[in-house]
Formats: sequence, C-alpha cells, structure tokens
Amino acid sequence: MAAVQGGMGDADIKTDIKTEPSADGFGNNNANDGRVLSASPGSSSSTGSNKQTAPVTPEDQQTLLAVLQFLKKNKLTESVEILRREAGLPENSLDPKANESAGAGSGGAAGIVDLEGGDASSLLSRVTGSSSAGAQAPTKVAEDQPDVSVVLSAYSQQGDPTLYKVYYRDLKKFIETVLDCHRAELSQVFYPLFVHMYLELVYNNHESEAKAFFEKFSGDQECYYEEDLRILSGLTKKEHMRGNETLLDFRTSKFVLRISRDSYQLLKRHLQERQNNQIWNIIQEHLYIDIFDGMPRSKSQIDAMSGSLAGEAKREANKTKVYYGLLKEPEIELPLDDEDEEAENEEGKPKKKKPKKDSVGSKSKKQDPNAPSQNRIPLPELKDSDKLDKIMYMKEATKRIRLGPDNLPSVCFYTFLNAYQGLTAVDLTDDSSLIAGGFADSTVRVWSVTPKKLRKVKSAADLNLIDKESDDVLERIMDEKTASESKIMYGHSGPVYGISFSPDRNYLLSSSEDGTVRLWSLLTFTCLVAYKGHNYPVWDTQFSPYGYYFVSGGHDRVARLWATDHYQPLRIFSGHLADITCTRFHPNSNYVATGSSDRTIRLWDVLSGNCVRIFTGHKGPIHSLAFSPNGKFLASGATDGRVLLWDIGHGLMVGELKGHTDTIYSLRFSRDGEILASGSMDNTVRLWDAMKAFDDLETDDFTAATGHIHLQDNSQELLLGTYTTKSTPVIHLHFTRRNLLLAAGAFNP
Amino acid sequence: MAEERRQKHCSVVLPTESMKAMAESVGVGQLQEDSCVALSEEVSYRIKEIAQDALKFMHHGKRRKLTTSDIDNALKLKNVEPLYGFQSQEFIPFRFASGGGRELHFYEEKEVDLSDIINTPLPRVPLDVSLKATKEQQKAESTEPLKVVKPGQEEEGTIQGKSQGTTTPDGKGKEKGLIRLKPRSTHELSVEQQLYYKEITEACVGSCEAKRAEALQSIATDPGLYQMLPRFSTFISEGVRVNVVQNNLALLIYLMRMVKALMDNPTLYLEKYLHELIPAVVTCIVSKQLCLRPDVDNHWALRDFAARLMAQSCKTFSTTTNNIQSRITKTFTKSWLDDKTQWTTRYGCIAGLAELGSDVIKTLIIPRLAVEGARIKAVMEGPVVSNIDKIGAEHVQSLLLKHCASVIAKLRPQPDNVDQYRTDYGYLGPMLCSHVMKARTQAALQAQQVNRTTLTITQPRPTLSVSQSGLSGSSGPRTPSIIKVPSSLTLMSPRPGTPSQPSPPATKYIVMATSAGAASTQQVITLSSSQSASPVTSTVPSATSTLQPLVKLESGSGAGLTASRPLQKYIVVSLPSSASSSLETKSSVLPTSISSSSLDGGMKLERSESPGASTQSPH
Repeated sequence: MAAVQGGMGDADIKTDIKTEPSADGFGNNNANDGRVLSASPGSSSSTGSNKQTAPVTPEDQQTLLAVLQFLKKNKLTESVEILRREAGLPENSLDPKANESAGAGSGGAAGIVDLEGGDASSLLSRVTGSSSAGAQAPTKVAEDQPDVSVVLSAYSQQGDPTLYKVYYRDLKKFIETVLDCHRAELSQVFYPLFVHMYLELVYNNHESEAKAFFEKFSGDQECYYEEDLRILSGLTKKEHMRGNETLLDFRTSKFVLRISRDSYQLLKRHLQERQNNQIWNIIQEHLYIDIFDGMPRSKSQIDAMSGSLAGEAKREANKTKVYYGLLKEPEIELPLDDEDEEAENEEGKPKKKKPKKDSVGSKSKKQDPNAPSQNRIPLPELKDSDKLDKIMYMKEATKRIRLGPDNLPSVCFYTFLNAYQGLTAVDLTDDSSLIAGGFADSTVRVWSVTPKKLRKVKSAADLNLIDKESDDVLERIMDEKTASESKIMYGHSGPVYGISFSPDRNYLLSSSEDGTVRLWSLLTFTCLVAYKGHNYPVWDTQFSPYGYYFVSGGHDRVARLWATDHYQPLRIFSGHLADITCTRFHPNSNYVATGSSDRTIRLWDVLSGNCVRIFTGHKGPIHSLAFSPNGKFLASGATDGRVLLWDIGHGLMVGELKGHTDTIYSLRFSRDGEILASGSMDNTVRLWDAMKAFDDLETDDFTAATGHIHLQDNSQELLLGTYTTKSTPVIHLHFTRRNLLLAAGAFNP
Repeated sequence: MAEERRQKHCSVVLPTESMKAMAESVGVGQLQEDSCVALSEEVSYRIKEIAQDALKFMHHGKRRKLTTSDIDNALKLKNVEPLYGFQSQEFIPFRFASGGGRELHFYEEKEVDLSDIINTPLPRVPLDVSLKATKEQQKAESTEPLKVVKPGQEEEGTIQGKSQGTTTPDGKGKEKGLIRLKPRSTHELSVEQQLYYKEITEACVGSCEAKRAEALQSIATDPGLYQMLPRFSTFISEGVRVNVVQNNLALLIYLMRMVKALMDNPTLYLEKYLHELIPAVVTCIVSKQLCLRPDVDNHWALRDFAARLMAQSCKTFSTTTNNIQSRITKTFTKSWLDDKTQWTTRYGCIAGLAELGSDVIKTLIIPRLAVEGARIKAVMEGPVVSNIDKIGAEHVQSLLLKHCASVIAKLRPQPDNVDQYRTDYGYLGPMLCSHVMKARTQAALQAQQVNRTTLTITQPRPTLSVSQSGLSGSSGPRTPSIIKVPSSLTLMSPRPGTPSQPSPPATKYIVMATSAGAASTQQVITLSSSQSASPVTSTVPSATSTLQPLVKLESGSGAGLTASRPLQKYIVVSLPSSASSSLETKSSVLPTSISSSSLDGGMKLERSESPGASTQSPH
C-alpha cells in the first residue's frame, strides 16, 4: 500500500517538474522565474545523453513502454499523457507493434526517467543510472510481477549449476597464468563476475550450489567488497531478490571496468576458445568494459580507483568541462572600509593597508578563465547587510594568519556536554558567531559563542510601537527579554542529521530522519518552511555559499536542489546507487558534490542537472566532503578512514591521506587553502599540508587523457599534526576568518 | 580469516526451534518442519537486512554503539511499525529456560503496577546539553590542555561514580580541558550511613564520655568510613571554625580527638582532606584564645595535643609535592618571630615546632633561646604585667626547657657549667643547665631501668580535665593522646592494687601519657581502649611491676585509696622511657609498635619505624 503511495508521489513530482517550465498553474513559480533556475526540456534531454552515450535503442523504448504501462496500471493518466507527449510516442505506442515507429525523442524521455528515480524505472534493467526510490515493499513487487520478471529474467538463462564453479575456476586459472602485466587488470573481472554468477544461481533456485559457490570463491574477492559480500551472503533465495537494493543496484547498473585493449583481447580469445558462453554472456550483458589503448595499469593503480559499488567511472563521464573557477567578487565600496580602518588605526597603518587592498582589488577584477559566467546561475542580489558583512569579512581577512607547515593553526574545541550520544550534526556560521547542533532527540539548538546573546524579534503588537524611521531600528525590533545564550527549536520528528546556516545568518536549515528539510528563522527562532520531497531520511543539507539555494540528499538516493522560496525542488540529481550521505556546494555555487554509500562522489551541474564528474576510489561510504577555497580541488573522507583528494578540472584523484583509523566526519580547508583539517570518529583532528599535496602535482596530458594516476604514498610527509581529544569524536571543523581552527563534537563518556 | 568470517555470515540462520517457540507463543501449535525452515531463513534474512539498515543510522548518528532507536528507524524504512515502548534496564533482557528437552531464551515481561510507576519519585532531571570551549595552542601530538583538578576531587569523583552508577547516569564526568573546577561533589549516603554519621558526630561532641569513647573507637577502627570521610572532615573544620570563635575549649578538644581517631583508622586516606583538617588543627595550636578563661583553663594541653597531631600528620602525609612539613614549619616560625605575637600563639608555635623533632629544635628553637629568654625575663621580672601574660610566659618557659633540655644534653659535652649556659642561652641558661643535668642523670639512671616522669595536673573543673606531661625529657616523636577514660576503662581494672574505681556519673577522667618513644606507649593505651587486651596486659602489668605508674587522685588526699568523692580528677599513667631508658624501652616498644603496624597496614608502617629510630636517637 505504502509503496503504491510512493509511486503516486513520484508521479506527482514528475508532473510538477514537467509543468514547471511551462509555468501553468504555479503562480508562485512565475513570480521568481527571472531568478530561479527552471528545468528546461533541453536540460533534461542532455541528462539523458549523459547517462550513456548510446543513442536511442529499442531497449530504451521498452523501458519507456514499461513505465507507461506502470503508470497506466496505477491510473495516473495525466502522467501517462505527459510522458507520452514528451517522449513523442504516438497514442497507440502501448501497442507492442507500434514500438518501432516511436524512436525520436525517447532519449529525452529516458532522461526524464533518470531524473525521476521513480519506482518503475528502478525495476527496469535497461535504464542505467536510474535509482529506485528507496526500498520497495515486497507487497508492491508482487503487484508488479510482470515488470519484475523483466528485470530478473536476465538471469533466467539456464546453465548447468554445477558447472558454474568449473567456469569460474577455469577463468581464475587462466587469469593467474597470464602475464603479470595483464593479471591485475583481468582480476577486476572476478568480483562482478562472481556476483552475477552467484545471483544467477540464486535466481534459478540452486540454493545449495549458490552457497557452495559463495563459500568457495568469496574469499578471493578484494577486501573492500566485504560489505557488499555480506549483504549478498544473506541473499540465498529467489524471494529475497525482490526488493533487495544491492541486487537492484547490480542489475540496474552495468559494472564498469577499465581494461587495456591487449588484456581485453586476451580475455576474449580465451573465453571464445573455451566456448565459455556462460561467462561471456555475463560479461556482455552486465559488464561495461571501457577499453583503452596503451599499457595495462598496475595493481596499485587499479586498487586506487576501484572499490565503488558499480566499478570505476567511465572515462567519458568525467570529460565534461567543469567551470571550477570562482565567481568575481562584487565590487564593494572600499572607501567605507578605508574610513573605518583609518578611524581604527589612527595614523601610519593605512599606508600599509593600501597596497594590500589594491592587490585584493586587482585579483577580484581579473576574470578567472575557468570560472563560469557571472550569471550562469541566477544568484540573489546582495543586500546592504550582505555588503556590510563582506566588508567585515575583508577586514578580518587582512588580519588572517598565513598558515603553513611551520605555522599551524590553534585549535579551539567546542565540546557538547551531556549530549548523551545524541549529537548528530553541527554547523558554525561563517563568521563563527553562532554554533548549531542537531540532536537525536529531534531538537535543533543554537548557541551564541560570542558575548552577544540570542534575541527574538518582538511580537507583532510590540513591533507596531517602535519608531520605524530610527537608525537603530534593527536593534529596536529585538526583544531584550528573550536574550539567552542558546535557543532550542522544536519541529522535527526524528533525529536531525544535517544542519546548515545561511550565509547571512538569518536562516538555518536542518534535515532529519522524518524526511523533511526545515528552514528556521534565526530572528524569531521558529520554523518557516518544511520542505517535503524526500520520503526517507535526509542525511545532509547545505546552503549555497550565496544563499537562497540549498541542496539535500538522503536515503532515497537522490539529491535535490531547492530554493528557499519554493516548496518543490528545482532539480533532482539522480544517479547514485545508494544513499546520499553528504552534500556540498561548490564555492561558485554552480556545482554540487554528493558523496554516497555506493562509495562514489558525483559532481552535478546545477544549471543542467547533469552529473559531470564521478569519482571512485573510496572503499567505504563517504561521510564528508570539502571544496578547496579556490574551487579546484575536492577532498573527501569516508568510513575507511582515508581522505582522498580530487582534481575537479581533470577529474582525477590526486592524493590519498592515510592516518585516521575511523570514519572521517568532517573536512575543512583553511581560508587560504594551505591546510586541510580532518576530524574523525577516532577522536583526532589531523592537519595536512594541502599546499604540498597540490603543488607536487603535475598533470600531464597523458594522465589527463587516460585517467591513469600514480599516487605517491606520502601521507606521513603531508601530515602536519595530530590532535587528540580524550573521548570526543570530532564531527565538525571550521576555520574562522582569521584561520583559527574550530572543532566541535560531543563528549562521549 | 576474513574468509572464515564470511562463511559464518553466510551460514548464520536462526534455529528452527526458535520458530516453533515463537509460533507457540502466538498460539500456533503445530508448525510443520518445512515451514519452520522456510520461516527461519526468511526471518534471518530480514533481520540481517534490518541490522544493515540500522548500522546506517548508527553511522549517521555519529555513534559507535547501535541503539534500539536505530533499529526502530530501520524498521520504519521498511514500512514496518517500530517497536514502541521497548526499553530495558538490562544489557541482555532475556531469560533462559529449559525443560522438556528444549532450551529457550525469552523476554520476561513483568506486570507492572501502574500506580507504582506513578508514585515513584521522578529521577533527577538529566543535565541539559551545554557547550564548552577549549583552546589548544598548536602543539602537535600534545593533547589535552592543562586540567586543573584540586587534589582530592578526582578521588571523590570516582567514588561518586561508583556509588551513583546505578541511579543516575552521570553524564558530566570529567570533561576534557575543563578549566573551571568541578563543583563540589556531594554524594549520597545510605540511610544507615546517615544514621551512623549522626550518631557518631553527636556522640563525639556530646556530653556522655562513654559514648564518646565508643564513637571514637568506631571512627578509629571501622573500615567502611571512606564515604563519610568528606563529611567528617567538613564537620571537623566547620566545628573548629565555630568553636574557636566561641572559645569552646571542650568542643575543640573533642574535635581534635576526632581528628586523631580518623588518623588512627588504617582504612582511611586522609590525604585528600588535609586541606580541611590541617587548618583546623593549626587553628587549635596557634589560636590566640581557645577558651573563655585563659588564665584558668588548660588550653595549653589542647595546643600540645594538636601540635602532636600536626607533627604526626607531617610525618605521615608530607611529600615532596605537598611539602606540608616545610610549609607548616614556615608558618610557625614566621609567627613566632613576630614580636607582637601573643604568648598563647607563641606557645603554640613553639610547641608545633618542637613536636616536629629534635632536628627542628636544634636548628630553629635553640638558636633563639637567648632572645626568647630575654622576652620571658621581661615578663617575669618586669614591672607591670598582666596575669595572663605571666602565665603564658611561664608556660613558654617550661615548654622550652622541656623540649630543649634533652636536645642540648646531646649537643653539649659535659660538664654543664651554669655560667657557660648563661652566656650561651641568656636568661634561660641556668634553668636549662639544671634541666640538662637532670636529663643527663636520667640518662645515666637508665641502667636502673626505671624512670617515671609525668605527672599530671588536673583542673578544678570537673567537666574537663586535661593532663599534661610535665617532665618528659625526651623530644622523641610522640603520638598525642588525650584519652578520656570512662571509669570502667580496662586500663584501670587489671591494675593490681587499684582501689575500687570511682564511678560517679559526671566524672571525667583523663589519662594522659607522654614520654619519649611515646608513640609506642601511647599506642598501648590507645589500643587498650579500642582493642581488647593483649598490649595492655603486657605493658601495663609490666608498668606496675617495674615502672610504678603514678596515680594521683588530685582532689582527694594524696594517698587516698578510697575514691569516694564524686568529682575526681585524674590519673596519669605514664610509661617513662625517657632518653635514659633506651634499651629497655626499645625492646618493649618495638614489638608493640610492630603489632600496631601490622594492624594499621601500609601507611602506618612509617610510624612503626619512627619510634624505633627515635628511641635510638638518645644515644
């Protein structure tokens, strides 16, 4: 029942998305159309083309038809209509005979399906990169029996179950005997092959053979697949396959392998010689082999990149140009700044300041060639208060301490006492004046960490009485009686997993297990909006660095882009194969990075909604992301205790920082990007020399073209410091504008 | 190894018996074996699925422990109703039962009376979340910022943790880098302990001497007092503060006896409470006025007693880190050197210093004898003096003579020339000379093994009598003792020839003994009141036979054998072992001290050594 509802919900969303660009009947959207991103049909079609370079194929049509069928069955006639119109399918397309005629434009339709993440799409094996909206309840699967059988039927080929072992062993023997240079590459085949063979056995009800097969060969698999293997091991019956997410992930996405042409030929020849059709079929159907010319890669190169749920990223996936440069800072009247400075510093000092300011000015005037155009994404206009804040920021920035290996930052640790293991999220404002905590008891608390207390705005009746013309009207609207060091905000009905301040410090976002993202006002300390869209826990949310937009991601495997004044998401980023665990905005607000339990990081273009980068290499769910201040690099931390560094422009892994022994929950670059700080469950804060890590980098064209990376193992040289707490996991890090490092966590007795 | 584990993962399936048991519990009687197998596989699979999802929630909750709420949330993900209200106090809430060839674990669901729940008092509200900032300067590999923890608090904290563990989760704990001091911890005492505490404190300061003796004995021997120790130490320090102001000598004495008893208890570690006890004791040594009538009341004895307590605690607790002894010495010396210091305080300072040992006497007191002599002379022979000053000067004089004589006897070669002494020590010279000579003769007499010193005077006031050793010539360490002996005290009874004990209810007795190596002798007495008998019987009889303890019934006629009068004062038993009788005493002393040390355990070992050392020092 619930599943059916879920399906309807998704259908609704689809309807909305499709209708939004045409702006019919959504008055609130119209009002802001000028500033707000609108999902244009063009963008969705490009999504489709991005997913797979394959043009429209009969499979896509079938997919489409299956979706239509599903919708029809659920009496969602309107959606059917729209989808059909979008896809350009003729009225009678549901008639199987008409299939051939409906070809044009179905790529766009596939894109929609991708965006959708609808239930139906997840069931369809041919749609790559689509995601299911969370777990399907078994009851529902039963209803959709025909569709499910479509998915699973791929496994129905009957081979002799007893021969599976022989096949696998044969292949293993073969791979073990090939030349060393090919062995590492061909070994990649083992894991996907193992999984698919096992699933085939299970599907065909050869339970005991499946078990035997699993026991015999599961030990051979790379250790970083252990988690998946554990899930697989539980799966021993055909009935279990329904509704199992991991299984669906395997089915719905082709496992991507990168193999050199030579190695591939070797494998192909072997399989053809041995007439090993079983394995050949699997490779053909379920694996995507990305063949490249040139030298085979070494074991360590492969290991660095593998580990994700669906293999490595295809090379094409990371070819799109990414405008990683920063946006030009808006001109701010410096005279004001100057006056203040002079007033403060008496004489002498202003002279010194001037040249500096010039340099700052010139820097901001120069347009970064890699930066997106200023209005690529409509950004909110600066308000007066924002300008004041910018001035404050620049003032503080002049007092900033240059960090480096010889000049490490001081650390100030904010410890939450008596949190009883309930602290789940922390955020600090950019100016480090407020700290907010999300708790397992559904509360959101805000503390002021400066002597300035938190005050509410006066009630409406009292506001009437104040003199609106006075200069200090902003002071007058505050109610002194409510001043306190901290405020509690109630509203969620589940643990609060993500929290984020707006850049102007007027709002706070929180995301929770209850599936909502809430926007709170820090003037009244009340909830303003509950954004409903994720039906499952929302693991993370973050405001754009320019405010107004925010992104959220959760258990339903999609990230959503919202604007604060829209209750519907503007974009849905779909493609991850498992929960989205963390979301981050690029400093220029044009891109969003998401980390996931499928052990990949994806970078999404906010404008088009496309996935422009897929980073693989983590061996565990990713729990923290951080962009370098210059926007060029991305750092990610995962449960495996490693920090990986990525070059966004080239789409390459550029560094690996080993040292932590537990999940890394927080990463942060210093304000000038010299230092990377990482905080972990293992009760330590570690500082890394980011300058050195990125400076040593020389990306030649070859590496950029092939994506073959050579990582040096220099974690120890890059590690500048380790600070341990007694028993406080570090769950948030923040550099103040002057480069003091703030850390936060709950004491864990 | 990983392989093994994986295989285990694969094969773990709930036993079919569980299925049967569960089916029975919901009323399905006969479950087919096949259904059981199918069910158990399905259930195991679902449980694994839920556990995996629950882990996800744990990770996002930034915890290492999986909680029941994680499982609830995982169930919610699967559209399964979570388990409402499941809560268990215990780690494993399952019970085991076997019978009929089957073994099963079940969850015991107790029937709970609603009114019980309603009527139970609410638990303490857990502390609210709060935020603490800790700054850490850039020091790689260094970790916690300096913690400031008052000595004693940590210990208290752990004790508290232990005792409170079950009641309220003490979420506070010791916080990393907590710069502010932890608020004083108060931990709850059980009802019995509260009663005990009330009884003991009342008895200790009450009017009934018998009860007091019992109470003190209890304090000195009871092994389970550590939880009450903070209360006792506060009681004492507060009591002293109040009673010094009110000049209530009696109560001050009682309190000092409590200190003594606490120090005697081998199971207590007073280190953590010295910050309260030492000021109290020092107050009793040097306070300007301790009683209402300084001219009549014997507050000197209290000073002596407290000084001995101080000396003892210096010996026991002084370490290189707390430096108690040197700090105390400095304090005493400073106020002694001050010209304006009153005679009472002066007396206390000197007594306090003198009790610290012959080295202290040699280096600090003897060099000042001349100056002090002049001061005494000014009072004694000067024209106008108040009676109180005169008494004070007299006491200071006799105190100096008492302590210095034996030390000088060792320092100076014979013969003792009065003139020489006069030039060296000024006014006190002649008197010193005679005392030294007396000390020497006593030393010489040692061969005759007997020497009695001590006599004690009592005061006319019936309620309180303090005895004081008069002539003890030795400066050896002594354990203080003011022991009020109820009339039925065992010490008396075994003594042959003792007349029938007077037993008027209002009578107080004090037995006071001091002498060299007195640590041991006193202990004998102390033990005699607390422990049953062996030391008493061994020492006291020997005393009667060899030492002739002196008993004075002061208010009665000197030889009065019949203690007929109700108000009597008393008794001094002294086992002299002054410098002269070293060998003999040593032999008699050591065994007892050892026995006491074995009784007292670790910390007292030092004490058992010191008497030995001091008895040797006279040579």
